[in-house]
Amino acid sequence: MTVQETSFAVLAGLVVLFAAATALGTWLAGRTRDAIKLAWIGQLNTRIRTAWVIVLLFAAAFLLGDTAVLIFFAIASFFALREFIALTPIRSSDHAAVVLAFYVVIPVQYLLIAAEWRAMYAVFIPVYVFLVLPVVMALRQDTTNYLVRIAKVQWGLMICVYCVSHAPAIVTLDLPGQEGRGPLLLLYFLLVVQMADLLAVIASAAFGRTPLKSNPNKSREGVLAGGGAAVVLGTALAWMTPFQWWQATLMSFAIVVAGFMGGLVLASVERSLGARIWTDDGVLLTRGTLQRVDALTFAAPVFFHLALYFFMP
Amino acid sequence: MNLPIKFLPPLVWLVRVLVGAYPRWIGSVPSANQRIYFANHSSHMDTLVLWAALPHSLRANTRPVAARDYWGVGGIRQQIAQEELNVVMIDRARENPDADPLEPLQEALGLGFSLIIFPEGTRQPQPLPGPFKSGLYRLAQAFPQVELIPVYLENLHRSMPKGALLPVPIISTVTFGAALKVGEDEERDAFLERARQAVVALADLDLVMA
Repeated sequence: MTVQETSFAVLAGLVVLFAAATALGTWLAGRTRDAIKLAWIGQLNTRIRTAWVIVLLFAAAFLLGDTAVLIFFAIASFFALREFIALTPIRSSDHAAVVLAFYVVIPVQYLLIAAEWRAMYAVFIPVYVFLVLPVVMALRQDTTNYLVRIAKVQWGLMICVYCVSHAPAIVTLDLPGQEGRGPLLLLYFLLVVQMADLLAVIASAAFGRTPLKSNPNKSREGVLAGGGAAVVLGTALAWMTPFQWWQATLMSFAIVVAGFMGGLVLASVERSLGARIWTDDGVLLTRGTLQRVDALTFAAPVFFHLALYFFMP
Repeated sequence: MNLPIKFLPPLVWLVRVLVGAYPRWIGSVPSANQRIYFANHSSHMDTLVLWAALPHSLRANTRPVAARDYWGVGGIRQQIAQEELNVVMIDRARENPDADPLEPLQEALGLGFSLIIFPEGTRQPQPLPGPFKSGLYRLAQAFPQVELIPVYLENLHRSMPKGALLPVPIISTVTFGAALKVGEDEERDAFLERARQAVVALADLDLVMA
């Protein structure tokens, strides 16, 4: 099959699958009045909506080209960084650093990816921004909590811009013999990330015993089962990728583990800032960009690097 | 002007996309218990921002209290106030000097609604709140079972240096604190000052955490 035919078949399959999931989720939500069950179904439906975003993104990449994907993730970076800056204390002397982060770092990072200048976008934020930010802040002569303030902006940029931008960078990988199949590889990555999350919620409801501290709608057993199922799915989808089936198993295992760590770390950050919100009847509220991209932030750079390191001659 | 606001994107999305309205709950959690949220007031956007920061399940039952001379003048503003926010209108002008301006608030509390109020009475030029008016104390005494939640509204844009070449994006954060109660025989002024300090403490919190 040509790339077009494969992409079209995948797209059609996903639309049917997610339409069924949406119908099921809506039907379940209409059937129950129990608050705990409703919370669980709410979690499920949030994830099904995210799955639709993935489908739309892939359709956009297919119809409009890679630039559409880059723009989408640049916007996601902007909103994630805005949320991060909102929740961490900022002083007025940080003005220059914040302006630099929003108006220089985000556009430059995504332009470097658009130009496929890999050697530069790999080090732009971790090296150059890392060195320039403390200088910009030092020029303001405000040394109150100097190190803490620099660290927060740098950390926000790493998570919200550097890590997120490595998802669209997957499209530009062009591994040997895979020219033009970048969108399929991105779709593969996003499906494994999202399905690990979705299946963990379903499995937790089916046989969860030990709820996670960071999310009472998931359990330890459910996360293990969901992650395992996502690795099986990743193996079964090996035909979308340049990987052998056993390589796809290892790759999806890496995605699932990194994604779980991302969820854990960002949940801890949000909890420390009072931004991970439970109602008094124990329902976790989903709100904001950071919470929606938490697994992706850790999984994207790991998957990108492994694919580049092992499959690019 | 009668804009069909039904066809615009939901107001709460609009507010969240444009200004953020990121909630932080420190000392209390979202709850269906009847509450009075009281906050500092320095911008026309404050009512919308606090309302948009509340979770969906609480918004329908929470009514902002707003001045009739600003929100009740017709047009899109009044339409938003009535159809989206379900505002409790209050008379600042006091056309009838004998009427109790708190009456509509007491009526809404009697019906079981939660309220959003700005006890400074009017917008202040500085981010930290000025002295509170006595309405909060009188409502707290008339409805002792209602939880009083201090809220600090912060807008990053406003705390930045004036006249900077490039403005930072508008980012507003809404910090909800722990519930207050009026003490057994606490004087009016003592309570109002304590309530004001509870809001100020949420502003200082950032420096403590940093």
